[in-house]
Amino acid sequence: MTDDDRVFKALADPTRRFLLDLLFARDGRTLSELESELEMTRFGVMKHLRVLEDADLVVTRKSGREKLHYLNPVPIKVIHDRWIDKYTERPAAALIELKAELEQDP
Amino acid sequence: MTSTHTAVTTQVYSIYIKATPEKVWDAITKPEWTDRYGYGGLTDYDFTPGAKFETRPSESMVKAGKEMGHPVAEVIIDGEVIEADPPRRLVLSWRMLMDADLAAEGFTRLTYELKEAAGGTKLTVIHELENAPKLAVVTGGSAEDEGAGGGWPWILSDLKSLLETGTPLAG
Repeated sequence: MTDDDRVFKALADPTRRFLLDLLFARDGRTLSELESELEMTRFGVMKHLRVLEDADLVVTRKSGREKLHYLNPVPIKVIHDRWIDKYTERPAAALIELKAELEQDP
Repeated sequence: MTSTHTAVTTQVYSIYIKATPEKVWDAITKPEWTDRYGYGGLTDYDFTPGAKFETRPSESMVKAGKEMGHPVAEVIIDGEVIEADPPRRLVLSWRMLMDADLAAEGFTRLTYELKEAAGGTKLTVIHELENAPKLAVVTGGSAEDEGAGGGWPWILSDLKSLLETGTPLAG
């Protein structure tokens, strides 16, 4: 599996996307804090976090006795640059040209 | 929820780069590399703990600033080396001087960690932004639409692109 495969696979699950949204709202949470937001066993949440960590979408740091989870948006940025920009470049450029033309001739 | 936590203001980013830790270290710490990706600028370090460092704008940044009527400051980032263990770990105090509001927030703590990982390097950036909410918006990439660039996600994906393909994303 490539890095991109892991990211797409990790994002293909609604619980994992919800976990990312939770970290986006407030970063650096413990497992217990994340677990309290989900109707799921601790083990289930750990499994999802593991998939997110393998995809590098979540990075953990030790802070004293606690393990804090951080959202790492970098792999999504890399995919955005690799895929989204490529496919949106042409229509976007066309629209920018259209805008320039329309604004030139009143 | 029993909430005993303090406000978390640390940002953590990580990226895998197909290059040796030495090469990634050079890209972070040598001026001939630092100007080639992300926001650019020329940074040179003396790795003695306590030594000051400065990031200066490149000639093209100075020129572009003059043309747009916004002269670029002589020093755009400054700080101190807290800890350096080439090519594994670099801890800095770090202050952004491009903008008066950001400069007023003072020094933040920035850590680079490099680890050898499956045919490359895992680079982790930890930016502790305790008293710097405005800078946190910029480094998080949320101010991209206001022309403040894409923050760490952008810098790191650009660095990856430069080291793996020889050219940064901006081209």
